[in-house]
Amino acid sequence: MSSVLENLVNQPYQHGFVTDIESDTAPKGLNEDTIRFISAKKQEPEWLLEFRLKAYRHWLTMIEPKWPNVKYPKIDFQDIIYYSAPRPKKLASMDEVDPELLRTFEKLGVPMNERAKLAGVAVDVIFDSVSVATTYKQKLAEVGILFCSISEAVREHPDLVRQYMGSVVPAGDNYYAALNSAVFTDGSFCFIPKGVRCPMELSTYFRINTESSGQFERTLIIAEEGSHVSYLEGCTAPKFDTNQLHAAVVELVALDDAEIKYSTVQNWYAGDENGVGGIYNFVTKRGLCKGVNSKISWTQVETGSAITWKYPSCVLLGDNSIGEFYSVALTNHHQQADTGTKMVHIGRNTRSRIISKGISAGQSNNSYRGLVKIGPRAGNARNYSQCDSMLIGSKSGANTFPYIQVQNSSATVEHEATTSKIGEEQLFYFSSRGIGAEEAVSMIINGFCRDVFQQLPMEFAVEATKLLGLKLEGSVG
Amino acid sequence: MIRKDARVLLEVQGLCAKVGGADIVKGLDLVVRAGEVHAIMGPNGSGKSTFAKALAGHPAYEVTGGTVTFDGKNLFEMTPEVRARAGLFLGFQYPVEIPGVSNSAFLRLAYNTMRAARGRDELDPLEFDDYVREKMKLLEMDAAFLDRSVNEGFSGGEKKRNEILQMALLEPRLAILDETDSGLDIDALRVVATGVNRLATSDNAVVLVTHYQRMLNYIVPDYVHVMGGGRIIRTGGKVLAEELESRGYDWVKAA
Repeated sequence: MSSVLENLVNQPYQHGFVTDIESDTAPKGLNEDTIRFISAKKQEPEWLLEFRLKAYRHWLTMIEPKWPNVKYPKIDFQDIIYYSAPRPKKLASMDEVDPELLRTFEKLGVPMNERAKLAGVAVDVIFDSVSVATTYKQKLAEVGILFCSISEAVREHPDLVRQYMGSVVPAGDNYYAALNSAVFTDGSFCFIPKGVRCPMELSTYFRINTESSGQFERTLIIAEEGSHVSYLEGCTAPKFDTNQLHAAVVELVALDDAEIKYSTVQNWYAGDENGVGGIYNFVTKRGLCKGVNSKISWTQVETGSAITWKYPSCVLLGDNSIGEFYSVALTNHHQQADTGTKMVHIGRNTRSRIISKGISAGQSNNSYRGLVKIGPRAGNARNYSQCDSMLIGSKSGANTFPYIQVQNSSATVEHEATTSKIGEEQLFYFSSRGIGAEEAVSMIINGFCRDVFQQLPMEFAVEATKLLGLKLEGSVG
Repeated sequence: MIRKDARVLLEVQGLCAKVGGADIVKGLDLVVRAGEVHAIMGPNGSGKSTFAKALAGHPAYEVTGGTVTFDGKNLFEMTPEVRARAGLFLGFQYPVEIPGVSNSAFLRLAYNTMRAARGRDELDPLEFDDYVREKMKLLEMDAAFLDRSVNEGFSGGEKKRNEILQMALLEPRLAILDETDSGLDIDALRVVATGVNRLATSDNAVVLVTHYQRMLNYIVPDYVHVMGGGRIIRTGGKVLAEELESRGYDWVKAA
């Protein structure tokens, strides 16, 4: 089978080009000078430099987490470039953006410029370390929405940034969050004022371009009382034989009656079919349902990266708040993924829902790891978790590690898990009805992922479906 | 119905096939013409199912010798899906479950693939829905089947009906029904057999692979073949099946 299945999975990576742009780059290595360099480059206020240095000093005392079910050689943090900005970096208008860069985004299928406007998507683009352009800013500003790079937010809206940055993911939260807090270079900032429903999807595309550069972006989204926003991020990187580190932090804050929907389509370079190269995607994402009746919903389609280590989580502090996590994680070749979520119920009548779909092909290893924690005050809290795994071929692996901690006897927690396999018999069944292997796999996978794809904005659901098809091309046989 | 001048749909000469390293089919000859119904009978392990799966092109069944022409073309030069599009249909003994894929979406894809292969326009979901419901009446199937995942949680009888439903949709030139009668109670057997009879025309042919004679009470074969040791060792009319039922397979072997 093997041959059809394998061919299907072995589609070459399509975003693996390098853009030739002169960039403004810090020397390799990490020390307090690197941090001062980044902070100075960005003309940051003193408090932010202090925030960074404090995080760095804390990071020095920490050790890398060993509990994820992934294997990789020790990372040399002195061998990474912590700041790399494309030059020239005049960002006032799209016309002034380096045409080479625009061509890059065109290749990536990023809907910038007119295409962005037609699509009605506001895009913030992070290229290596610097936010290149934010479209639609004016229109959003009319309804009071702030959508810009985090660097700009630090300059223009320092009070908001200072109030919320680190309030959901503290600087010393974990090894990679601490590293990010020390060296983060850019990211997106979004503020939805009281009672405003964001009129369009907000979107950020991330790209790592420089070899041996790390990407450490930070995203902060604040939804005030009664507001609503849907946000999407997409990620790609060129092909290099070396591994690149991506350690992002995303913080979401939802106040009373606010709703944040955060969707990710992650297609970082995954390494080649022998497991050489690829991104280490070590990300901390957390949302705080701070207000009553607030809601945070994570949807992720994870198809890239050599190693994925991320657990988009919800802290359900406000009474009646709701947390959701919908995930499709696909691994192929030698990819490794240890991903899942944490739902921490603190307030009363809080509810959470976890739908996780893991697909493993090739020799990859795919683990779901999730924590559901019901605190002593969380009366009538409810959780439903469903974790399904699908294996393609006979060399891949899937694991489920659910952790459940309940400290309130009125809580209801449900967990369901299944494992299935796309086997020779299923493919033969399709082919005996005239249906080829690729179509068969795509139909099976889409059926398997349906509950998650339904959560994505329409055009991204189509994109995600196509992406999974490409990723699996050649894997069935 | 036997017409000596009818078009030859399937011609098998000296077919040998192995599965899991063991030679199972060893020199099988068979000619099937349009309009005919053949029954292939034989004890367990005689090679009936291996023959059926080798014809459909199951990758685990390796053809090691002989030739097969289907509608004048070399069958072994076609992939399984091309065989299906050319009009070869296998009704499975144990149809596989496909969780998450709705039966209606699966049936529509199979049906539209076949229409495209025959140079006809595809039906949209609404048109297809009307069409498939009409076909389901023939098999006394409830519309709820459409919303369930393919074969998932179906009883043995439901799975077999779903197979015949696919046969009704795909309108094959040659249908090979592998132990379609097994696992059916008497009512289901009658419904399935009625369906098959209605689908049989003078342009197509049916090969029934079966262990027991009882299905042949409903679908009357033109030829009955008995397999033993990987070959057809005896061929006769419907009477042969009745004789087998009363005297057992040992009787043919001994003869």
